[in-house]
Amino acid sequence: MSLQVTDLRVYYRTLAGDVRALDGVTFKIADGEIMGLAGESGCGKSTLGKSLTHFDSRMRYVAGEVLLDDVPLPIMDSEAMDEFRFWSVSIIPQYAMSAMNPTRKIGKMIVDLLESRGEDGAAMRPEIERRLELVGLQRDVLDRYPIELSGGMKQRMVMVIATLLNPSLLIADEITSALDVSTQKAVAETLIEFRDRELVRTMIVITHDMSILSQIADTITVMYAGKLAEKAATDVIIGAPKHPYTRLLISSLPEVGIRFADKRLTGIPGNPPGLLDPPVGCRFQARCPLADEQCRQEPPFVEVERDHHVACWKVS
Amino acid sequence: MLTLEHLTKIYKVGTFGGTDLPAVKDVSFNVDAGQVVSLIGESGSGKTTIGRMILRLTPATRGTITFDGQDVLKLPRRGYYRLVQGVFQDPFSSYNPIFKADHVFAMIRGVYFRGMPDSEWNARLEAALEAVGLDPGQVLHKYPHQLSGGQLQRLLIARALLLDIRLLIADEIISMLDASTRIDVLNLLGDLKARGLGILFITHDLSLGYYSSQRTVILLRGAIVEMGATEKVYGNPVHPYTKMLIASVPLLHKKWRQVAQELAATGTPAADQCTYHSMHPVDHGAGASAVARPALAEVEEDHFVGCIRPYVKGSC
Amino acid sequence: MSAPGEAPIAAPGTIGEGSAPVGMHAPEVVPGVAPVRQRREILYFALRDKRILFGAAVVLFFVILSIVGPVLDPTDPQAFDGPTGAPPSADFWFGTTTFGEDVFAQFVNGLQATFLVGLLGGGLAAFVGIAIGFVAGYRGGMVDEVLNMITNIVLVIPTLVVLVVIAAFLSARGVVVEAAFIGLTSWPWAARAIRAQTFSLRSREFVDLANLSGLSSWKIIFREIAPNMGSYLFMTFILLFGGAVLIAATLDFIGLGPTEGISLGLMMNNAVLWSALQLGMWWWFIPPGLGITAIVGALYVMNVGLDEIFNPKLREM
Repeated sequence: MSLQVTDLRVYYRTLAGDVRALDGVTFKIADGEIMGLAGESGCGKSTLGKSLTHFDSRMRYVAGEVLLDDVPLPIMDSEAMDEFRFWSVSIIPQYAMSAMNPTRKIGKMIVDLLESRGEDGAAMRPEIERRLELVGLQRDVLDRYPIELSGGMKQRMVMVIATLLNPSLLIADEITSALDVSTQKAVAETLIEFRDRELVRTMIVITHDMSILSQIADTITVMYAGKLAEKAATDVIIGAPKHPYTRLLISSLPEVGIRFADKRLTGIPGNPPGLLDPPVGCRFQARCPLADEQCRQEPPFVEVERDHHVACWKVS
Repeated sequence: MLTLEHLTKIYKVGTFGGTDLPAVKDVSFNVDAGQVVSLIGESGSGKTTIGRMILRLTPATRGTITFDGQDVLKLPRRGYYRLVQGVFQDPFSSYNPIFKADHVFAMIRGVYFRGMPDSEWNARLEAALEAVGLDPGQVLHKYPHQLSGGQLQRLLIARALLLDIRLLIADEIISMLDASTRIDVLNLLGDLKARGLGILFITHDLSLGYYSSQRTVILLRGAIVEMGATEKVYGNPVHPYTKMLIASVPLLHKKWRQVAQELAATGTPAADQCTYHSMHPVDHGAGASAVARPALAEVEEDHFVGCIRPYVKGSC
Repeated sequence: MSAPGEAPIAAPGTIGEGSAPVGMHAPEVVPGVAPVRQRREILYFALRDKRILFGAAVVLFFVILSIVGPVLDPTDPQAFDGPTGAPPSADFWFGTTTFGEDVFAQFVNGLQATFLVGLLGGGLAAFVGIAIGFVAGYRGGMVDEVLNMITNIVLVIPTLVVLVVIAAFLSARGVVVEAAFIGLTSWPWAARAIRAQTFSLRSREFVDLANLSGLSSWKIIFREIAPNMGSYLFMTFILLFGGAVLIAATLDFIGLGPTEGISLGLMMNNAVLWSALQLGMWWWFIPPGLGITAIVGALYVMNVGLDEIFNPKLREM
């Protein structure tokens, strides 16, 4: 399955006006690809993920087309999306593990969920148990309440639930953030497992943590202030990024092996622009060491090398 | 400067507090002036509890904390808080939302700097803000929600500096900040350390610990499993838990598989090779015959390790 | 926990650094003007909020009426002077009761009694409930357990039975006694609510920071925690005030109220007792009913506006 997104614009309504959270995003994901979506707060990555399933009713879809396997996805229409959710597109939203009903046993909750989708809950039980085993959970988890599980277990449970009906596209929003480092690794590796066993065809993994993406993603897309900055294969983004923002970001990440005393890393001064009234032209201008007059015009997101797209005048 | 000896914290839970829940077990280490010690542990390791006990926010069950040789509990509270201060994880929770951010400064002025003329106070305030890299015009007289997380954390550090402290307890202070600002705050800690401040850097993130600290203490479920000079602990990890932690950290430039291979080469010590066991070849037993936690074993100079039995079942 | 926090307001979709919500510009500090102090700011916003103005106006109207009314109409509210059962007219603005009492005089005097009971009874309940709630919520532990026990005991005491016993011993009771009784028996739920709020605020890190600044426990409760709950405390008082008024009406109905004087509750109950509804004497029960509804309702409306004032975050949205 492939995903093609064209000029997606999603704004949030507020009393003060429209917040242009996602302002014209175009990209493609190939079949079987795990695409990492990275960026800092306010860049729009969560909005992008949620917009693909019409997850948040506060969103205002201004423009954009999404094709899933050449079939248009009616993301603007929440009711029409009902047919696609869970079967074709599935999302694991942020903090999903805290969203499980604390007063119901997990097994019961899953059965309810399946039946709301018109599936036979009881008949799917053996499949559910197989999936649990796959992620390293015991069968008796189904008879427990969410509070009895640890954070890592809950996260894996949520991953099983979201992928039960083998969706073509899985969107995982910050699923490793709230976890201990050892569980993060288990959860991240589970994602790859799902893809390799073809339970899920394609994935969008949204996170601010570039190092997790460098381990599991095939390609990485970096977003900034509602627009795409760069998209390329993981090794290229990490090792030879072209966009100034990506370069500064990568070089500001401490790693085991780098010490303050030896090599002092630097951050990016300033803050991302407000999206209520975004700046004209390139949104990174204010903080970019290479910015000049040309950047007053918005740079297009173009392919500068094979499968490497960048939105920067200084590169293209 | 700061010395913890056999620090223990046992919570009483259950009906009428009948059950014991040990959160910190017999922890001893020190922090010297001009030194950053990172206290590393996952959730439930007791690291935050240790920080709170040092700050006298939580009473210890057993053990002593001494500052320059004096028992911390015997020092008058207000005087103590001119020696030690803390900064916490969530910048937005640390500020009372109904007051402006400056309220944190007004609070200490009212307690410690009564009668200081305005001009002198403002001069001090501006100096402290500049020392943390903030522009007074941009951060004063604003509400917390009008400032960014990075600015808020730095304001708290400025507050601590106003009190001329000698030891700062930094509890996960950057985990809620964006990648591009994290490094600025970390560098700030490095600068402060160079000026003679002692810092206890509590974190779960090993890369941050490696970047900032000279000495590392690794906690597992309330007890120290390994501690010593940072390069030695990271470069030559002995305890299987430490190895597991290091293996789980996602690196930008090395895949997990490779890290695991490198670490597997060192192997888990068998009973007769376990450094700890060679010093304490006693079966610890259980219940009444249990041996109280013996001291850590020295692996090499400034590198100590604890017993691996709690972590690797069935060994020795 | 390593989850980067989200912005405090429901800033859609943002994670990571809790910066100002997506798209929100920090309001500029006007150069050259000294920053407005806290209280003046609160007043500034308060005077511009329609809900507060409306609510305050209604309450003020009735307060003034209760003071000015008896001057305008100095008739003894319980004198059987007027024509019996007469509808409103130029002489008797609210008509008369079955016994010829001046309903308007009853109304304005009743307003006084109602405000008094609400203020004293509600105030006492608020004082006790809030004090106990703060201490229990802040200290926790054994203190909390003991105070909880006391709260639960008072909650389950059958107040009506106690009142009957008291009534047997005190043949002459005034509004003050009634208010005291109501105050001492209706505080438990307020204590519970305040305790819960204090609990949740107490674990916030700004309380730790206040501790680290050398402030004492009482100072922390009053200067840091209580103002955070400002509108909550006020709401508690409003509810207790309204509750006191309604409880007083009930007590008046079964004859356990003050042995003398008139109140809005008593008016309504007399009206029911003497079949005012069936006889079509709407002027007897509608004024007191509307009065109670208007006063308590206006206070609630005010409170909604006050929440925005006390919480600067809501202001900008």
